[in-house]
Amino acid sequence: MGLFILRRLGVMLLTALCLTFIVFWLTNLYPNLEKLAKTQGNFRMSDEAVTSFLDKNGYLQPMPVKFGQWLGVLPGWTWEDPETGAVTGRCFASGTPEEERGSFCGVIQGDWGFSTVFKEDVGGIVATRLGLTGKLMFAVMLVMVPMALLIGVLAGMREGSVTDRTLSTFSIASTATPEYVSGVIFIAVFASSAVGLKWFKGSATSAMENATFENFTLPVITIALYGMGYIARMTRASMTEVMTAQYIRTARLKGVKFSDIVMKHALRNALIAPFTVIMLQFPWLLNGVVIVETLFNYKGFGWLLVQAAGNNDIELLLAVSVVSVAVVLVTQLISDIGYVYLNPRIRIA
Amino acid sequence: MEELSWASIIARMFIQLGPVWISLIVLFTLSITYKRRLGLYGKLFDSTIGMIGFGLVMFWVFTGVYGGPLDMLVTHDPLSQVSGMKNKSPGTPMRSPDEGEYAYFLLGGDNLARDVFSRLIKGAWVVVQIAPIATLFAFMVGITLGLPAGYYGGRLDTILSFLANLILAFPVILLFYLLVTPEIVLTGIPNYMALFLFVFPLIFMCILLNSRYYTQPKVRTPLLIGVLGGLGWLYLSLVSTDGSVVATPTYVIPGLPKFLDLFDIDPGILVVFVSVVFVNSPTVFRIVRGLAMDIKTRDYVAAAQTRGEGPWYIMLWEILPNARGPLIVDFCLRIGYTTILLGTLGFFGLGLESESPDWGSTINAGRRLLALYPHAAIAPALALLTLVLGLNLLADGLREESLRD
Repeated sequence: MGLFILRRLGVMLLTALCLTFIVFWLTNLYPNLEKLAKTQGNFRMSDEAVTSFLDKNGYLQPMPVKFGQWLGVLPGWTWEDPETGAVTGRCFASGTPEEERGSFCGVIQGDWGFSTVFKEDVGGIVATRLGLTGKLMFAVMLVMVPMALLIGVLAGMREGSVTDRTLSTFSIASTATPEYVSGVIFIAVFASSAVGLKWFKGSATSAMENATFENFTLPVITIALYGMGYIARMTRASMTEVMTAQYIRTARLKGVKFSDIVMKHALRNALIAPFTVIMLQFPWLLNGVVIVETLFNYKGFGWLLVQAAGNNDIELLLAVSVVSVAVVLVTQLISDIGYVYLNPRIRIA
Repeated sequence: MEELSWASIIARMFIQLGPVWISLIVLFTLSITYKRRLGLYGKLFDSTIGMIGFGLVMFWVFTGVYGGPLDMLVTHDPLSQVSGMKNKSPGTPMRSPDEGEYAYFLLGGDNLARDVFSRLIKGAWVVVQIAPIATLFAFMVGITLGLPAGYYGGRLDTILSFLANLILAFPVILLFYLLVTPEIVLTGIPNYMALFLFVFPLIFMCILLNSRYYTQPKVRTPLLIGVLGGLGWLYLSLVSTDGSVVATPTYVIPGLPKFLDLFDIDPGILVVFVSVVFVNSPTVFRIVRGLAMDIKTRDYVAAAQTRGEGPWYIMLWEILPNARGPLIVDFCLRIGYTTILLGTLGFFGLGLESESPDWGSTINAGRRLLALYPHAAIAPALALLTLVLGLNLLADGLREESLRD
């Protein structure tokens, strides 16, 4: 088991490195850099001005060198102004005396760089936004998981019954409704003046400081609904399989009450498969988070991703992708390990 | 003129969509009459859920085809702005309709005073056109790479699986934001990806036919020349625009000359198409690989091996036909997922230009005024919902029916 986890960690690290390099490469393509220079300077910059801006800020070095500097395995760039002799560099603010200048600053040193859009350190921005999204995700999980398991168990308890048909159709419908569709419908029905219900708010901006039932319900329900159907279907499949097992038949023949069979005998075995599915839902939730945060104007991690990508904010975008890739890989690992622990029939050699 | 009531709006839409209803009735009558002779497709008509799903899907297919290239059904031009119709509610009459022009905006006007109903129908054509073809390409890539990975296993499998997992670990939206931008189109990366991804159908057909007719060179050689020539021409027409395969400000790779080029694809659509195929193919790869690993232990595969059949014959003519059930079901589901992805792209305003009538872009345009005028965003949202629901129900029906035998 220890070796298995170690190998998985190695592969994870390699994957993360490859992916960050791809992001790095795509964001550092020349047209993207040109766009960055123009958003930083002005939009009517001449080609020479663009080149000199990029050169001054170390963007024109070879790709592997820049990547090494970002990682912190190569010393950061320095640039000396030929006219004034002032030295600027990646690892120090302009005007720092020569002996205090650091030479290595990268992810390994814990320095995630500087955001060109927000004019702040990337590490701090990502941490605050992640906190806000964490709040949203927690609420989503609290709603989604119990609901999905309940629907799945009720549907799978008696296969082919009317309850099963109704709940299965509901879960199919919920997987067929992407967040931007359900969100739009929810806002139109519950928050617009056209229908006039006005139960909830159509914007969750105020929920960042103070989440209330009124401003937080719609975003949470919107994300939860899309993920719910899939978990419910998996739970139903696993429940129907357990309900046809030998030991359930034996229990029924012994005259155990149906509710006892479901609660005591079937449920525990039926919940192994959904566990994996729930863990693997995290990456999907990330997509939902981006859409919902944009739609409801909740300034969390997903909103940050859109801002970073839309403005080609290279270091912020890299940090965002490292975090999201890490989320995906860690949940995969946890689901694999958890599956082995929950199900004693599976052993990894 | 007065505003229409909801009942008359629905009645008028029903009449406007007349050709679609007629086609649906004809299709269903024919299919139900001959369902015993139509194999798996006929069996679909034994399950209510499958029939409902198929009906919904075909409704949008007919709407898209009649509304798009045939230009029926639509009441107004989807791009023209009509003065005085900005954000008007459904059923508003036009101020001064021309002679012979439809006098109402059935589903109201959007924030640029365009007819929502006509845009909805034109948008259906965008989806009906792109989603199935993109899914088909993703399947070609996934099958061509997944079969050998599952059949041979070993180092090939390790490398291909690692690459597939690499793409899968990327959050889809991040990938779209990185790939589907005008700046990336300038660098020519989508063209390179198109060159790579679109060659797979060619390889697939080539291996498929070669492995089947390898022992009959007299049949094989002319057949391969014909198929390769035809598909190769299509491939070159697909990847080359204005006589070049890749055209960036600094260099140009020449392609098919203009007079031989059958059709040109708008670079915006190409990048959307390529990225959707790129995102979908690793999942298909994983499914095919899993199925191949399962099926290669069967007796008939061992029999073929003993007979001395080549590995590609076994993969394509023994394993693939026996994996068709799950693959057909997944194909339906994946078209739905592709539709959702296309909507996501439109929702973030990526790829297609902003006046494009596709549903995602329309939702994106309508969401800013959602609190006051929800109709402009609700109509495409419901359309997308019904199409994806239809595809999911269809897949469910197919799964049930294919498990039965």
